[in-house]
Amino acid sequence: METVNFENVFEAKLAKNDFIEPKDWMPENYRKHLIRQISQHAHSEIVGMLPEGNWISRAPSLRAKLVLLAKVQDEGGHGLYLYTAAESLGTSRDEMLDALLTGKAKYSSIFNYPTLSWADVGAIGWLVDGAAIMNQVMLQRSSYGPYSRAMVRICKEESFHQRQGYEIMTHLAFGTPAQKEMAQDALNRWWYPTLMMFGPPDRESPNSENALKWRIKRETNDELRQRFVNQTVIQAEYLGIEIPDKNLKWNEARKAYDFSEPDWSEFKNVIKGNGPCNKERLLARNKAHHEGEWVREAAAAYGKKLQENKIAA
Amino acid sequence: MSDSQGPLWEVFVQKKSGQPFVHCGNLHAYDKEMALQNARDLYTRRGEGMALWVVPSDAIVSSSPEDMGSFFEPANDKIFRHPTFYQIPDGVGHM
Repeated sequence: METVNFENVFEAKLAKNDFIEPKDWMPENYRKHLIRQISQHAHSEIVGMLPEGNWISRAPSLRAKLVLLAKVQDEGGHGLYLYTAAESLGTSRDEMLDALLTGKAKYSSIFNYPTLSWADVGAIGWLVDGAAIMNQVMLQRSSYGPYSRAMVRICKEESFHQRQGYEIMTHLAFGTPAQKEMAQDALNRWWYPTLMMFGPPDRESPNSENALKWRIKRETNDELRQRFVNQTVIQAEYLGIEIPDKNLKWNEARKAYDFSEPDWSEFKNVIKGNGPCNKERLLARNKAHHEGEWVREAAAAYGKKLQENKIAA
Repeated sequence: MSDSQGPLWEVFVQKKSGQPFVHCGNLHAYDKEMALQNARDLYTRRGEGMALWVVPSDAIVSSSPEDMGSFFEPANDKIFRHPTFYQIPDGVGHM
């Protein structure tokens, strides 16, 4: 009888660019890596609703409010796609939410910065969603089937997010001098935190090697960061506002922009929980979770009753 | 205190009349009605479909990936099931 070496089958699938599905054999570290990455990604979508949610009640027009509501609702949806993708690997929603609410789990450092003006809503759509799309387009070809499929759906929806943000920036940049100043101020504050979203530089990225080997990721943090800068410069030029980097310069030999790295000590500090809004975000998530408890309890009681009736019948 | 999310359901969307229902993802819900409403809110916010199916995930039976080779083997050597297996003379029109 022929014996199957599961590890070889797994490796062969990766080599052929085939996808790994929930019931396929996979190395335990691949599973763990994915659970960590997908649940953090889900948490980022959910926590990402907070900075923008801050402006729903103060949006400058009814149109702006409708758009922002729709965008924040999308982020909630993205979180749900990703939570069930992670659950297919054997973790549970309760475990993931518990890790988020107790501060054990991480989420994207970007959401620990405050949204001080309406221009920040524009800058988030333009820069933060722009950076997220760059990362997520790559993840559409991630080797884990449910993750890849969730990414395809998310990318379709995400392009509206970036465009609405850039539209806000154009209104401000071509508005009054005070409005243009708001746009510049938002760019100044969001530029480096956005560059941090791609993760630590390749020379010190602890999880990159496995992620690339297993084709969970297809490109490195630095490659994506460079592409983002190359794409964004012309968009800032059009707005007539300046990217806050004196070293930003086209490099003809590399066919790419040279640019300054963000302050990685700030990045580490925010990840550790010491960013401007870490505490506020966790408090807000905990408050929402506790206020929704009665709904979950009622639903669970209803589910239990259904189950009992089924058994009795 | 229970934070359980209820059973898992698989969601299928029909994009246009006459087309097949295609799997698009899954969600948690306690009953059929809740599953259908959640599916609408989660998977069809942009007119992605005109009809939805929701199916309890545990009702789905799937082939096992380990047996893939032997399971589908019976189809592998029957090339006569394909139209290109047959020689048709020129001059008889499209067939």
